[in-house]
Amino acid sequence: MNRFPIWKYLVIAVVLIVSTIYTLPNFFGETPAVQISSTRQSVAVDTALMSRVESALQQHGIKPAGLFLDGNSLKVRFNDPDTQIKARDIIQQALGDTYIIALNLLAASPEWLSRLHANPMFLGLDLRGGVHFLLEVDMQAAVDKTMERYAGDIRRELKAGKVRYGAIKRTGNTALEVQLRDQETLNAAADKLARNLPSLTFSTDEQLFRLSLTLKPEEITRIQSDAVSQNITTLHNRVNELGVAEPVIQQAGPSRIVVQLPGVQDTAKAKDILGRTATLQVRMVEDDPSRVAEAMAGNVPTGYELLDEASSQGIQKILLKKDVELTGDNINSAQPGFDQNGGASVDIGLDSTGAEIFRSLTAENIGKRMAMVLVEKNKSEVVTAPVIRSEIGGGRVQISGSMNPAEANDVALLLRAGSLAAPMNIIEERTIGPSLGKENIEKGFSATLWGFAAIAVFMVLYYRVFGLISVASLGVNLFMLIALLSMLQATLTLPGIAAIALTLGMAIDANVLINERIREELRNGVPPQSAIQAGYGHAWATILDSNVTTLIAGIALLIFGSGPVRGFAVVHCLGILTSMFSAVLVSRGIVNLWYGRRRRLTAVSIGQVWKPETK
Amino acid sequence: MEFFRIKRDIPFMSYGKLTTAISLVTFILAVFFLFSKGLNLSVEFTGGTVMEVQYRQPANIADIRHRVETLKVGEVQVQSLGTSRDVLIRLPNKEGTSSAKLSEQVMSLLKAGDAGVQLRKVEFVGPSVGEELVSSGLTAILLVCIGIVIYLALRFEWRLAVSAIIANMHDVVIIIGCFALFQWEFSLTVLAGVLAVLGYSVNESVVVFDRIRENFRKPGMRGRSTAEVIDNAITSTISRTMITHGSTETVVLAMLLFGGPALHGFAMALTIGIVFGIYSSVLVASPLALALGVKREHMIKIVKPKEEAVV
Repeated sequence: MNRFPIWKYLVIAVVLIVSTIYTLPNFFGETPAVQISSTRQSVAVDTALMSRVESALQQHGIKPAGLFLDGNSLKVRFNDPDTQIKARDIIQQALGDTYIIALNLLAASPEWLSRLHANPMFLGLDLRGGVHFLLEVDMQAAVDKTMERYAGDIRRELKAGKVRYGAIKRTGNTALEVQLRDQETLNAAADKLARNLPSLTFSTDEQLFRLSLTLKPEEITRIQSDAVSQNITTLHNRVNELGVAEPVIQQAGPSRIVVQLPGVQDTAKAKDILGRTATLQVRMVEDDPSRVAEAMAGNVPTGYELLDEASSQGIQKILLKKDVELTGDNINSAQPGFDQNGGASVDIGLDSTGAEIFRSLTAENIGKRMAMVLVEKNKSEVVTAPVIRSEIGGGRVQISGSMNPAEANDVALLLRAGSLAAPMNIIEERTIGPSLGKENIEKGFSATLWGFAAIAVFMVLYYRVFGLISVASLGVNLFMLIALLSMLQATLTLPGIAAIALTLGMAIDANVLINERIREELRNGVPPQSAIQAGYGHAWATILDSNVTTLIAGIALLIFGSGPVRGFAVVHCLGILTSMFSAVLVSRGIVNLWYGRRRRLTAVSIGQVWKPETK
Repeated sequence: MEFFRIKRDIPFMSYGKLTTAISLVTFILAVFFLFSKGLNLSVEFTGGTVMEVQYRQPANIADIRHRVETLKVGEVQVQSLGTSRDVLIRLPNKEGTSSAKLSEQVMSLLKAGDAGVQLRKVEFVGPSVGEELVSSGLTAILLVCIGIVIYLALRFEWRLAVSAIIANMHDVVIIIGCFALFQWEFSLTVLAGVLAVLGYSVNESVVVFDRIRENFRKPGMRGRSTAEVIDNAITSTISRTMITHGSTETVVLAMLLFGGPALHGFAMALTIGIVFGIYSSVLVASPLALALGVKREHMIKIVKPKEEAVV
């Protein structure tokens, strides 16, 4: 009666094999590495770059332990941290600023494991050290900015439509009011604005000739989600500059952004860079050959500046006038798109002031080049420098020409990155030093180990063979849990390690239930085979009930918890699931293998079964 | 080996008055300490900045306090953390100043006193975050309770569900009361521990209830009173109860001893929770169920005679 069909053994075997494979990478440790990735889609990370890096290292007599391309980044392994740091400086010199060069730790597991996507568990900041920021986007500021832009748009539209108007007032958080002269202008304005500003709702006051405009609710949500996503993009660009190997930048809730920078110790610098405001400038290019030649010779004329322009052809020098014609504050949007001929383009939307300046600027400079310059940390770089072909009015600018879609995307990104959609505040900060992280791992590990050892000793002493089976299934449980965590790449934090230990302590409950039940059946004089059968059968209902209730608590933690609570809950929930599998199926499988085949089983080794004498 | 050699059912239910009295007293004491002393909430809830720094030689706490106080941010706490070289500094939130900069200012002050000082950990939490945590923590507790009651009511019976959850809340209040009494720091991790106890301790009640239901269904138990049936259920599961809790407690104690300061509060919450979990599931939940009038009829589904099909 205690036999499993072959498929059940197969299921157990497959689970064991898969768990072993995915647990393995955790045992190999990590090697120091340098990770090279590109800030732009148009700058490729490919085999050409690989050979450049290799030869640069060779020149300095450094032999990397391995080079490989992984998605959009090049990873170079080294044997020790000293070489790693030296190599980083060499690579940085050889490649320049177009690439992000970061120190990283790579799993030292063999290649066939990495190919199976078997990676070590993803350690949280409290275990590896680093900085965690929670930033809150000031939504009110985002709405204010939009309302100002609409007021400008209204002014421009009415002017263009030759409708005479009075004051434009902000009457509420998301409402504007335009005063008009009479019924005729009111109608004309309503007509004109309704056609051009579809994201507003209109109502008219016929007595006072007032036109009220309110943002549609969906427009408000759009502004807010745009503000967060634009800020995330901006943060990405800035974090890239820090050279962090695996930054996490995520939206957390409707108005918050989480930034996690593993391995970063210099929080002052990190805060500085995250909070910085980059500016975009529009300046005129000087293409007069004699002036350019003079500047190239190292004699830059006064009032001019020689800047770098990065493009797919590499870095070129370009001579600019120092006068700033327009700044990024006047740019409302920048999107990649396509022009009439199907070539890649960047579409820029300017506000009313910007549109006016831009119109006169282009009217005066047809045939000349203008440059869009991104100024960050006192470092200026030309994003793009198109030729002005005609006068551009209306605030809609399209830059097209010598660009491929990837470049257009980069330019749009850089133009947007120039400014944050709304200011942000740091509302939470956590910094953990690397030594503390290591200590946390050691302590968590030793706690788990001692707990497991104590349970194992007790179980074997108390339940003998059945105890051994229980410990084996507990071991399988631990294996499965680690494999699952590695597979899902769920972040393991210190509370997560606590959850692993706790899961072990709680998982043994199922085995104790089963063993006690079998003993009880034996005490009542049931023959061994039936006792095993009945023990597992009766215990199952109890195990299910108790695990479901624990799972309810776990899921609630997962939903409402944040930070450490969540880290605990993830592991806790997974542990409950694996423990049910291992306690019931795996331990039963071993018992069946051990005892199930014997026809005449007279006794099982489950420790002493005491029977009351008065029976 | 067999630890529990029990010849006769232990009349747990007849101790009902005594145990209820004990529970009530501990519960009232816990609530009293909770209100009189209040919880020593961690920076996660209150907002503010906490820094952990390490010195190469034993730190001069008075000197550190003196240095930090020159910043004039309000009440500053400086205490040693485990060893004499590790120091914990707590600073309150102050309006106007960018708190993100605060930790840097403190570090530069400390470095002026001893260049060997090392920053181990910084935690800064703004004021709004803390309020949210409190409300989401309370929601979590409420939701866990509701979820468990619904599940138990479906699987067993509402009387059992209600008594299990009351027994549980009793554990939770006592843990929190202990944290208030000893003024241990109540952090988010401790909250996770408390919620884990909530799930864990109900587990225990489930095992006993499961046995009660099984006993009611047994033909051999038919003549016995409800109290006797419950006594029998508790007695026959007591061995499992002690062993399981013993193993969990072992693991938790390992965490308390080896887990370091970061896991200390968590392990402490669980240690207390498990001890009271045993007590409450046996001696609080079951008498409560009895008091609520749980009966055989509640546990056995009445099989309705099938109606004759009309041909």
